[in-house]
Amino acid sequence: MTTTNSQPMVQSPAASDLSRGPAIPGPVPAHPPATVGRYWLRLTIVLLVAVLAAVLIVTYDNPAEPGSRGFWTIVNNRLTSVATITIVGICHGVATVAFHSVTNNRILTPSILGFDALYRAVQTALVFFLGAGAVAATNTVGHVVAQSLLMIAFATALYGWLFSGKRASLHVLLLVGVVLGMGFGSLATFMQRLLTPSEFDILTARLFATMSQSDSTYLPIGFAAVVGVGFVLWRRRHVLDVVSMGREVATGLGVRYQREVMLVLVMVAVLISVSTSLTGPMTFFGFLVAMLTYQLVGTSSHQWTLPMVAALSVATLLSAYFVLRHVFYAQGLISVIIELVGGLAFLVYLLRKGLR
Amino acid sequence: MIKLADVAKSYGDVHALGPVDLDLPRGGITALVGPNGAGKSTMLTIIGRLLGADAGTVHVAGMDVTTAKSRQLAKTLAILRQENHFVARLTVRQLVSLGRFPHSQGRLTTECVAAVDRALEFLDLTALQARYLDELSGGQRQRAYVAMVLAQDTEYALLDEPLNNLDMQHAVAMMAQLRRAADELDKTVVLVIHDINFAAAYADRIVAMTNGRIRYVGSPREVMTPDVLSDVFDTPVEVIDHPTHPLAVYYRLS
Repeated sequence: MTTTNSQPMVQSPAASDLSRGPAIPGPVPAHPPATVGRYWLRLTIVLLVAVLAAVLIVTYDNPAEPGSRGFWTIVNNRLTSVATITIVGICHGVATVAFHSVTNNRILTPSILGFDALYRAVQTALVFFLGAGAVAATNTVGHVVAQSLLMIAFATALYGWLFSGKRASLHVLLLVGVVLGMGFGSLATFMQRLLTPSEFDILTARLFATMSQSDSTYLPIGFAAVVGVGFVLWRRRHVLDVVSMGREVATGLGVRYQREVMLVLVMVAVLISVSTSLTGPMTFFGFLVAMLTYQLVGTSSHQWTLPMVAALSVATLLSAYFVLRHVFYAQGLISVIIELVGGLAFLVYLLRKGLR
Repeated sequence: MIKLADVAKSYGDVHALGPVDLDLPRGGITALVGPNGAGKSTMLTIIGRLLGADAGTVHVAGMDVTTAKSRQLAKTLAILRQENHFVARLTVRQLVSLGRFPHSQGRLTTECVAAVDRALEFLDLTALQARYLDELSGGQRQRAYVAMVLAQDTEYALLDEPLNNLDMQHAVAMMAQLRRAADELDKTVVLVIHDINFAAAYADRIVAMTNGRIRYVGSPREVMTPDVLSDVFDTPVEVIDHPTHPLAVYYRLS
């Protein structure tokens, strides 16, 4: 009898009975899948951490007299920060998980592929070609929407083309993404060099809002976009499960694969442009929280991963913001530290698992 | 029934298939055999509408596979490819449940759950259903894929080398189970198979292909002759008459 088969079925008395087919004794799984109960427990803990961090950010060390006007102004400001962070966190987390599913890999993220660099390039190009006057004069909701639409059209055309047709190797995609990201970044920098100082000032104010000083006029738009996209993706969570099985299996199960991939890429572009317009680029954050989510949830079924990744990214960002801003007084370092941790996690993952 | 008319396919300059015409009646097991590069997988993939043909038409159960609604087709026709790469981390049960997608769009009904249970039981995966696919051996995973195809509960099932990765015991069990699916569940099974003796033992029809052409179609007894097999596989083959089915011997002929 062959010994190359690692399954212990040879010892099974039932296995020799061919008419019964292969009776697998089925030893207790080494890693029992996370049960639903444990999932809810974990999600609750993550949500509690998020709420705790939010409460701490709002209330911790308020210099003004409690109840005074200054006190409420500060609370209001901080609430804006919390709202911004919540939206940005959800954007990055959900966009990354959805992106992983439609591209059938866990290495590439929209940010690594240069989605946010593309956003910067589009913004800069608008100021560059139309002039700051035109941009400032039309600084309305409609304008922001138009800009986002331009960005979405670009991203969908470019990355849709990249991911359609014959599946390129992951190495090629990673390389193309990094090169595109650098290219868009350089293009934006180049155009910024040629702007007049006043135009550059307007552009900078628009491009590099920070978490504590983001423009609260964009918040309602961002909120609406996140709710809209979240609703669409949640409605399609089962379709996403099928799409994440790859083109052939998805087609075999009656899903119009190309259409679904395009739809998700549009959604991802919306999320990333919202988040970049609020707080600027974060390359590895999405990767970090997506990896943590897969670890916490166990399965990659979207009805479990989507809520978890949203909660987890909000909790992570809020905690990091609280610790760095209120404990270490180093708020400028938030994205730097998240990028450091995320980048290290990315490298470790690449070295341990390879490009799979 | 499955009906191919003038189907042809090339990959760039390489001529892969056809033009071929083929009629396969409803019911039973049809085995596609032939040497490497004969176009078996290409033909199966075209029938399963995962690959577009350059010319010709394919009808399955009266539907043109290129124009029929994908969702409707998915309730009639299931296909399993030879290689399945995906990063999704699923348990056996989740994977098999995905096979119900064409019927339920992801919201499993009690009927779906019953179908999944049946498919799991049919491939003896009930004990393994809570395990993740990456915790299984190649052969167990192969059976999980086949269970997914069965859970899809289609009249037609196309399988590209379902015996991949299976040892002797499981290969026999898999073929016996496909035979049962054809006999008891009234499925029409078309499979690509490399071991000609398995085809002879379990199939109702053998379609032998070389160089993108269909060379012989017939019952195992008709196709399993030294002349035909030697011609198709370009290797000297002897055929021994075993009581249940003809047996091809080609390992060492002196």
